[in-house]
Amino acid sequence: MDRFEELQQAVLSGSLSRRDVLKRAAALGLSAPAIAALLAACAREEATPTQAPAAATPAPGASPAATPTGAAEATPTEAAAGQRGQGGLLRLLWWQAPTILNGHLAQGTKDFDASRPVLEPLADIDKDGNLVPILAEEIPSLENGGLAEDGSSVTWKLKQGVVWSDGTPFTAKDVVFTWQYVVDEGTTATTAGNYLNIQSVEAVDDYTVKVTFKEPTAAWMGAFVGPYGYIVPEHVLKDYVGEQARNAPFNLNPIGTGPFKVREFRPGDVVIYEMNENYREPDKPFFSEVELKGGGDATSAARAAIQTGEVDFAWNLQVEAQVLKQLEETGVGQLGITPGVNVERILVNMTDPRTEVDGERSKLGVPHPWQSDLKVRQAYALLCRRDQIADQLYGPAGKATSNILVAPERFVSPNTKWEFNPDRAAQLLDEAGWTLGPDGVRQKDGVQMSIVYSTTINPVRQKTQEIVKAEFEKVGIKVELKSVEASVFFSSDAGNPDTAAHFYVDIEMFTNGPTLTYPIDYMISWWGDESNIAQKANNWGGSNYERWQNEEYDQLFEQARTELDPDKQVELFVRMNDLVIENVVVIPLVHRNDVQGYAKNLEGLELSGWTSNLWNIANWRRTG
Amino acid sequence: MTRYIIRRLLTAIPTLVAISMVIFTILALAPGDPLSEFAVNPSVPPEVRQRIRQSMGLDDPIPVRYTKWFTSILRGDFGYSFRSRSPVSDLMLQRLPTTLYVIGTAYLISVLLAIPIGVISAIRQYSIFDNIATTLAFIGFSLPTFFTGLLFILIFSVKLGWFPMIYRATIDEPGLRGLWLKVEQAIMPITVLALFQTAALTRYTRASMLETIHQDYVRTARAKGLSELTVISRHALRNALIPVVTIIALSIPGIFTGAVITEQIFRVPGMGSLLISAINDNDTPVIMAITIIFSALVVLFNLIADVLYGVLDPRIKYE
Repeated sequence: MDRFEELQQAVLSGSLSRRDVLKRAAALGLSAPAIAALLAACAREEATPTQAPAAATPAPGASPAATPTGAAEATPTEAAAGQRGQGGLLRLLWWQAPTILNGHLAQGTKDFDASRPVLEPLADIDKDGNLVPILAEEIPSLENGGLAEDGSSVTWKLKQGVVWSDGTPFTAKDVVFTWQYVVDEGTTATTAGNYLNIQSVEAVDDYTVKVTFKEPTAAWMGAFVGPYGYIVPEHVLKDYVGEQARNAPFNLNPIGTGPFKVREFRPGDVVIYEMNENYREPDKPFFSEVELKGGGDATSAARAAIQTGEVDFAWNLQVEAQVLKQLEETGVGQLGITPGVNVERILVNMTDPRTEVDGERSKLGVPHPWQSDLKVRQAYALLCRRDQIADQLYGPAGKATSNILVAPERFVSPNTKWEFNPDRAAQLLDEAGWTLGPDGVRQKDGVQMSIVYSTTINPVRQKTQEIVKAEFEKVGIKVELKSVEASVFFSSDAGNPDTAAHFYVDIEMFTNGPTLTYPIDYMISWWGDESNIAQKANNWGGSNYERWQNEEYDQLFEQARTELDPDKQVELFVRMNDLVIENVVVIPLVHRNDVQGYAKNLEGLELSGWTSNLWNIANWRRTG
Repeated sequence: MTRYIIRRLLTAIPTLVAISMVIFTILALAPGDPLSEFAVNPSVPPEVRQRIRQSMGLDDPIPVRYTKWFTSILRGDFGYSFRSRSPVSDLMLQRLPTTLYVIGTAYLISVLLAIPIGVISAIRQYSIFDNIATTLAFIGFSLPTFFTGLLFILIFSVKLGWFPMIYRATIDEPGLRGLWLKVEQAIMPITVLALFQTAALTRYTRASMLETIHQDYVRTARAKGLSELTVISRHALRNALIPVVTIIALSIPGIFTGAVITEQIFRVPGMGSLLISAINDNDTPVIMAITIIFSALVVLFNLIADVLYGVLDPRIKYE
């Protein structure tokens, strides 16, 4: 192929015209694809005569030809700062495809993520759970007077001189409008939950916003922060509040304050972003263009990012541990592990799923024949081999845990521990009166200890089920495994008995974790108030699936809602966690990490388990 | 002939209505929820999810939902996607060019390959050519597209690095390079599909051809002293094509609705991947639109196949 390379050189240096190339290539007997590649080289040269040499980053897969606008427009004015748009094209891969780019109407994490390069919240959250100001000038605190002493309001100072990508100034009115937009019932915003506790949002002046809560609120960071807090422009959306929300062109082509704007969006397929020339930091973003491709599956996404380098970043690689390891050994990319906030857990039903009372099973007040006995629940916990599950099935993506609240760090309880001890479990079951029957199954008063264990269809979960089942059956607890399609399991359909909220089985398993850095929204899962118990009366709309009620927990929870003293807060959350663990309402199994795959030369990602992967995209860079 | 076509079109209407009712009912009875991802998310409380369900009309009785859907379909309105809250017709129009390009090319290639191979296999029965063609056809027939697709990715993308494994419908580079990029990324999905379809079509053509070349009228044609080429192309092939035309015509609707598995593997943003993601997301308006269009195309191409019989075989008359 020496002649071929010579020819290619000649083409690239411009000493040969296209026609000459064709003649000579044919003379060389080159195949059609080779000729095409040569011609492509001609075309590339002809198409980008203005290409600055510095902008031609040798990134794998990123074609320099893709950056003519960015480099050309940025270089004259930003020569001094010298960074904006130099990075060319950044390729992202989400194996779930975004379908809407208005975070408030998001139907999944993918939509929050795809909105984030364009839309920004007042503050975002780093991996340790600290707030980072984005559109806000500073984070409100008691010291700077942003937080009211009594917790009844919070005042945000906004950055000045920020403009929307269409040039209109961003002011406090947009924040007020965002609140009005989200809480309007007709808008049916997915994010409305974080705004329900707000009494009013007022613009004190153009750059100051005061949020007043209906009652003193410790979790003041629910609104306008992170993925649920994107600020939307009043001047674009004011006619699309309520029923009209779905007709807004904004949903597919948002106007934002972020480092990028949307050039093209094909729902369910791809988003192409280009640089926002009006972005407030003149030397950012580094990349002139971002392509977020969606669809496919996690394993091939991992392959594309780590093994072939076809993309620069791949999101959420929920792939089996061995596969990931193997890919990383052979590949050009690397795995990024971010500490997660979620725990894979087994929920233990306190009520009887077999007896139907007034048209519902698992009814509050009808205790489970054996799981209402603490000794039996303790035995369950002793039978879960958490280390085996974490090491073999999750690998870098998880570690065994004994807590249900694993983030932020300051709220994590140091008091719990877990162990795998089948002998002790058997002993506890004997003490509880559940003795081995002639058929090897434990029984008491003619009732067999036979349970149904449900979860979603997912290879890792099915393997977890097998590990748990094996140990349960060794001590004489019969286990029937059940797996339900995730969209059914997590459905809010009151008519479907297979949902997690109905909990018409003995134990069930899924993952959950807090979304607020003051995790009161998550701890509501064990609040025993009638309105919060998932049951027929509220169409199974409560958060407490186990139907566990505990006076001490309820008191702590209600106190934590309004507690502002940081030390007291820690005390309350640790005690709540410990109560749930001591009573074995939940058996936490694995503290899950987020796994991403990305190019080795990508920097500044600052990935955080609390918010979108793309929250810091303005500062992403490519080195080398 | 015209009267026949009109009559067929009129009987198609109740068929389509019945099809739509059945599909709609099945979808409505199927469990699931477009918002299931947020089910246990503490920031999306149950009352918010229930409100969104209501706004999508998911809690209405099935006949009410069907009537709403049907009346808007009569106005040519496919409704709004639950997921992207944009018109379903826009979503489909975005996907159609890619599907036609990838699936259509694959189909064209397989027709162009299969008919000659099938014919030669039949007239040179049990020759080396026939044996090789038959073996390849059985291989192509037996290997599912998800297997060949993954195999191709492993060989040509991962090991050799020749072709990209991610299909991009948004390439807008000018000139030959852009054209090459568009061709390059489609090679693997087209080959996978063409391999499968060619295999099937070759077998049909061969079988049908074998039947006709032993017919009396073919012998008569030879006895008249016609050249072998004329005998095969005018007398044998033309008759042998009738069943093949049926199969080709009935597969054309599939070109519009995409190849679900292949599109998913190569991330081709076609109708097939739109359909499968809509099913996963319980996006009823999108599923309904694609299936009803598919049904209409099947009915239409059935009619076209029937009309084509008359062209191929003048003895067939419709009155």
